[in-house]
Amino acid sequence: MLNRTLNISTSPHITRGIGTDDIMQNVVWALLPTAIFAVYSFGMSALLVLVTSTAACVLTEHFLCRLSKKESTISDWSAVITGLLLGLTLPPNFPLWMAFCGGVIAIALGKSIFGGLGYNVFNPALVGRAVLQAAFPVAITTWFPAFPDNRFFTVSSSTFAAPFMEPTVDAVTGATPLSAFKFDHVVTPTSELALGLITGSTGETCAVLILLGGLYLVARNMMNWRIPVAILATVYVLSGLLHLVDSQAYPPPLFMLFSGGLMLGAVFMATDMVASPITPLGVVIYGFIIGLLVVVIRIWGGLPEGVMYAILLANAISPHIDNWIQPRVYGTSKSAKGI
Amino acid sequence: MGLLDFRKSTFKHGVHPPEHKEETNGRPIRQFPFAPLIILPMAQHIGAPSQIVVREGQEVVRGQLLAKAGGYVSVPLHAPISGTVRKIANVPTISGKMSPGIYLEAFPASSQEVLEGTPVDVDTATPEEILKGIQDAGIVGLGGAAFPTHVKLKVPEGKTCDILMINGIECEPYLTTDHRVMLEQADDIFTGIRYLLRSTGAGRAIIGIEANKQDAADHLEKMIPEGMPVSVKVVPVKYPQGSEKMLITSVLGREVPSGGLPIEVGVVVVNVATTAEIGRLLPHGRGIQERVVTITGPAVRKKGNYLIPVGTPLRYVLEQVGVDENISEVYMGGPMMGVAVSNLDISITKGTSGIVAFTEKDVKRADKVYPCIKCGACVDACPLSLNPSKLGILAKFEAYDQMAEEFHLMDCFECGSCSYVCPSHIPLVQYFRLSKSIVRKRNAAKQTNGNAK
Repeated sequence: MLNRTLNISTSPHITRGIGTDDIMQNVVWALLPTAIFAVYSFGMSALLVLVTSTAACVLTEHFLCRLSKKESTISDWSAVITGLLLGLTLPPNFPLWMAFCGGVIAIALGKSIFGGLGYNVFNPALVGRAVLQAAFPVAITTWFPAFPDNRFFTVSSSTFAAPFMEPTVDAVTGATPLSAFKFDHVVTPTSELALGLITGSTGETCAVLILLGGLYLVARNMMNWRIPVAILATVYVLSGLLHLVDSQAYPPPLFMLFSGGLMLGAVFMATDMVASPITPLGVVIYGFIIGLLVVVIRIWGGLPEGVMYAILLANAISPHIDNWIQPRVYGTSKSAKGI
Repeated sequence: MGLLDFRKSTFKHGVHPPEHKEETNGRPIRQFPFAPLIILPMAQHIGAPSQIVVREGQEVVRGQLLAKAGGYVSVPLHAPISGTVRKIANVPTISGKMSPGIYLEAFPASSQEVLEGTPVDVDTATPEEILKGIQDAGIVGLGGAAFPTHVKLKVPEGKTCDILMINGIECEPYLTTDHRVMLEQADDIFTGIRYLLRSTGAGRAIIGIEANKQDAADHLEKMIPEGMPVSVKVVPVKYPQGSEKMLITSVLGREVPSGGLPIEVGVVVVNVATTAEIGRLLPHGRGIQERVVTITGPAVRKKGNYLIPVGTPLRYVLEQVGVDENISEVYMGGPMMGVAVSNLDISITKGTSGIVAFTEKDVKRADKVYPCIKCGACVDACPLSLNPSKLGILAKFEAYDQMAEEFHLMDCFECGSCSYVCPSHIPLVQYFRLSKSIVRKRNAAKQTNGNAK
């Protein structure tokens, strides 16, 4: 019995037992309620957008791995997250061929070109969306209203638009709360925003479910809670101050928090581990920058929404934050590499 | 431990691996049988190996000097059993290197009476005499480091020690030796503390114990001799609190400077089992012959805490306790910092605090290493607030100098918390071990070059 060959390994000989693929899978679970609500409120069109963008991401990742003669990395689930997140940021009536292009771009230009998982500078889903916004400015800002009749059996006329043809726009389109405020100065009540009774991109409407998903990940220690807290606190305080100065010109802070893509962005996009800083102080600075940019773009910019650009810019700064901010090492009076 | 102590008495970061201590912490220390042949490497402590003073064929009595200290940072070795020196040859050690050593064959029917030497009287001995007594007894840190205790106790010129910290933390999962020693050898511990207080000049002693050993804390508190300046401090359970720096921060809130020793903040830390050994051996002038070892793990049948003669071969130990036929890994020490054994012909040494054996199904080996996703779990785990993620990336680029100069690589004491939490299964602490040894070699080379000029 003691003549067996023993395995040797280096310490520690035990691990916490949570793998990178577990984290990614759990992010997908956390996104599911939001995705299901999207299908509930926008129907078949939204489902098709989500399925198309996710399929595009997974297929692209698999294909590019094959192309570079590497083992396929789709089993780490990160491409599924990118696809789902991209779909959730698109209007429910978005043409599917465009959503597919977005998915391909998100993975190819947002992730694979940098070296795949762990090396991307930007959140891949937002890279895909930024390209779509530049290429198809009309389609990406045309939303149909939430809860249309017969939504589970019919699709929007633009869903199956043929590539490179001008899509026929639905007769009835809805204004999002942000554009309603920006252009008509209408403030949607916060309860409607929180519960998702509004129109908008597929996954951004129900703040409560997004927060629920975030809480799940925080409870499982798979998300850095400091990031959404820093972003939301910054937006609340800055827009609150502006609202105090002039309550007519500037929207109330709660409206700012719950409208548009801020919740989805703060909870699920800005928290992309790879593209955010690693130290506690670093992420707070990162969150502050995002919050500041969101307020600036929304209030003084030409666009009604600024979450995407805010996060992408902060992603670009994130490696520099990591260079400046290092934790104070035990037994030293200042950080290893001072600011 | 007053009601007004609001400071959270623990260090920053750390991890909570499953403890598995309940499997052995209720089992009293039992004497282990004497092996027919024991193997004694001369290099079983940090520092110069001991120098053999016996010859082949010589008959020795238990407690007799077999080897003298090989220098200041070294200790002598005494015969753990009465018997015959069968052979003097190189013997295998845990590191895989061979060390000069002695094969000692036990007398079959010996009473195993112990030979005693010159006692060290605690009330009249000078601090130097106590340190000499500790060295002569062959005492090294029994917590696992096996660093000669008399060297550690020597308070450098110009420094003072105000607190003697007795380390009863035992934060490694599975191990319960210190726990049992505290429950069963309180008298020896307090005698040891008297010697230590006298030799360090410390005004008081604090015994630091984790909350999962509340029974030991209560017991020691009750046993404190009248008028002795000793207190017991219970701290929350967290790995790696047993590290000297972490223990000092948890109990006293003091931070040992980077690259410095605990004496920089007026503290000397001694393991509780080492303290008990001092209290037991010095009054009789005896040398160390045996130690308490926890033998446990899913592959072990008769788990428990055993008093095992130093030099008992690992194969003999496992045969006596019985192991699962699917045994696949054996660790000396705990699962966090212990060393995996490749050869069962090595022996129990003074630094062996535990033997943990796993079967194949107990080992959860990472099947795949993912790229670093910068999740920051390692940053939140590192007790020294290093940045293991960054250090790991730099190690891949072989940027060892930058690791040491900008990111405090050399402060890492290899607790393994970073590897334990890493979801991408990157062997971070192994990278750091290698990087540290490369930096040490480079520094040594620089020094020789400098001297040559």
